[in-house]
Amino acid sequence: MPENRSVQRWIIRWIPLLVILFGATVILPTILSSFEINLLGRFLTYAIVAMGMDLLWGYAGMLSLGQGLFFGIGAYCFGMYLNLEAVGPKMPEFMGLYGVTELPWLWQPFRSPVFAIIAAVVVPMIIAAVIGFMVFRSRVQGVYFSIITQALTAIIALLVVGQQQLINGTNGITEMKTIFGHSLAEDGTKRALYIVSALTLAGVFILCRWLVESRFGRLLISIRDDENRLRFVGYNPTLLKMIVFSISAGIAGLAGILVVPQVGIISPKQLDIAASIEIVIWVAVGGRGTLVGAILGAMLVNIGRSQISTANPEIWQLIMGALFIGVVVLFPNGIIGAFKGLFTTIRARLSPRTSGSSIPVVQSVNQA
Amino acid sequence: MKLQARLTQATRIVFALLFMMAVSMSSLSAITITAQEETIKVGILHSLSGTMSISEVTVKDSTLMAIEEINAKGGVLGKKLEPIIEDGASNWDIFNEKAKKLLLQDKVAVVFGCWTSASRKAVKSTFEDNNGLLFYPVQYEGLEQSPNIFYTGATTNQQIVPAVEYLIKEGKKKVFLLGSDYVFPRTSNTIIKEQLKALGGETVGEEYVPLGGTEFSTILAKIREAKPDVIFNTLNGDSNVAFFKQFTDAGYTAESLPTLSVSIAEEEVASIGVEYLEGHLVAWNYYQTVDTPENTTFVAAFKAKYGENRVTSDPMEAGYFGVYLWAAAVEKAGSVEVDAVKAAAGGITFAAPEGTVTIDGDNQHTYKTVRIGIVREDGLIDTVWATEAPVKPDPYLCTYEWAAALPKPEGGCK
Repeated sequence: MPENRSVQRWIIRWIPLLVILFGATVILPTILSSFEINLLGRFLTYAIVAMGMDLLWGYAGMLSLGQGLFFGIGAYCFGMYLNLEAVGPKMPEFMGLYGVTELPWLWQPFRSPVFAIIAAVVVPMIIAAVIGFMVFRSRVQGVYFSIITQALTAIIALLVVGQQQLINGTNGITEMKTIFGHSLAEDGTKRALYIVSALTLAGVFILCRWLVESRFGRLLISIRDDENRLRFVGYNPTLLKMIVFSISAGIAGLAGILVVPQVGIISPKQLDIAASIEIVIWVAVGGRGTLVGAILGAMLVNIGRSQISTANPEIWQLIMGALFIGVVVLFPNGIIGAFKGLFTTIRARLSPRTSGSSIPVVQSVNQA
Repeated sequence: MKLQARLTQATRIVFALLFMMAVSMSSLSAITITAQEETIKVGILHSLSGTMSISEVTVKDSTLMAIEEINAKGGVLGKKLEPIIEDGASNWDIFNEKAKKLLLQDKVAVVFGCWTSASRKAVKSTFEDNNGLLFYPVQYEGLEQSPNIFYTGATTNQQIVPAVEYLIKEGKKKVFLLGSDYVFPRTSNTIIKEQLKALGGETVGEEYVPLGGTEFSTILAKIREAKPDVIFNTLNGDSNVAFFKQFTDAGYTAESLPTLSVSIAEEEVASIGVEYLEGHLVAWNYYQTVDTPENTTFVAAFKAKYGENRVTSDPMEAGYFGVYLWAAAVEKAGSVEVDAVKAAAGGITFAAPEGTVTIDGDNQHTYKTVRIGIVREDGLIDTVWATEAPVKPDPYLCTYEWAAALPKPEGGCK
């Protein structure tokens, strides 16, 4: 019997995922226009970043305001490769405007797509590990961690804006035509990139779920809930926090690779503090500490933004702001939390006698 | 307690319903529009929020006015124009996203939009890849000639180059360059430095602030040290508000240290505050005070539509006549198809408020009259110097010897 049960559990757990994945990669591309697919593909990359954020914030309780930075670094790395692929043996167009005559050394290795992809993931991971090491070793916690990541984001964004000759400053990198020889404007390329994004999202989801359900995940939650006790028990929270910070940065960098060919531009606006805060909003709207909530939040907020800004171009930012405030005030546990609440209420109503004990309510949101 | 809980739950449900309504209504509105009579869709893509909205909203207004005027006269090819407005939100990524949406989803015949060069560069590839058409209404740094963009604002030889010549002629040889940190100011200043070298002037300083930056105390200290004759100002957006206030607070006036600005027009004068700007110089192709019958009509129509206290400015005028130039090209081509319109566009003229404008078929720029102006007490701008005739656009400065080191178009100068 136990074998049977594990098969059953396996089916219950993974079948919905497979169904959703099938719908997203096979059915959706046939109904939606290539523009919509392109837009959706881009939002999927946002969902990937949001999941990394949820791992860090929802599970380990560390509110990083620097995820946008890691996302942007990944995007810049791959954007530089795409830019070089577009201009071929010549130099990026903008360099000519500032009188740069030779391809700077920083750009040289980005002629290789393999290097660009590896750098896009590894560079954010290294930055996060180094920052994490310094910050966590001195036991900086809570809001101070947020402030430090925010300052880091601000510093690097300013630095990039100032590097006009090297990476075109505020304007960002724009000239991108092909990816591995396929035109970015073609419908087939857009669909392919969308499917790759969907598969990556699924892969990252499985990775994160595996992480949070393993011993590592329980350690993350104990960091969130009582770090001191964890330390007294004999674990080293510094190392654990460094690892999870680094993983979430790597996930953001990975998403950066996928977003650039679908958007066609990477500018310091993506490194802005506002961009990082937006990621926090996606997770908050969807529901912290659930992984699915992060995906849902990122998708809903971005689809909503695109729809509302088209319908009300003059006041869409006010509407979005009001919606965010509304969601956070009324559903402090996000959309997933609200659904869970509704579900338990209904269950309790239906069987008033047996209320309480039989329903496993996992409230995995900290009050920090 | 229980009642309270019930109430919160009720508000939650109401809120959720409102949210769903907002989203579904916005998607519905997109559907209902398509159900109407046959129209020609045209896009308007400007920043309606963020640091650039102070300037770009006005261009959106004048572009809309031109579309309405054309519709009132029966439209183009017998069809009404249907404007679709999108907000670029002062964010180049959003500009590109919305450009894609206008071209691929709405399938607009043409887009009127962009202000900053950064936003234009961001959408350039999108227009080229999808063979779209963009009418760009703002003066810019030149050195560009996209096959899918028509430039109705000035290129450098229609604004910056004559402005520097004017300064040298007036004996202001020590020039301090101040700008926002993006393509336009950087490239303009590269050009100005070359030109000053050739004309016997001197660059005594070159400083940049991030777009939207408001901190000028170190820059003012550098200005004090450099003792320039004039500041050549390429700041954009609301940084100008902060700069001119701090500049005046530091004790400078238009007499003690004049500035020449290329991104400050009537609209910006009003928001910066005329007390800070009176007597300072600007360079454009059009001012509200320009004395042509077309301008009298334009200003009157604009004030009638948007209010007596509104002013008209150069980019607004370029946005306005851009619609007319496109409409004329479409009528000549007999189709809104991009290649046909491009082929028909060369030589199209229009009696614009600034005087006659003509599309140069070779580089898709516009012949324009150059005017140096001085800000008046009432916030309007008087012309102090102007070219006698519209100037032929020369985006790559091919006709200037000192510009030999600047990038040239593919295939070289003609």
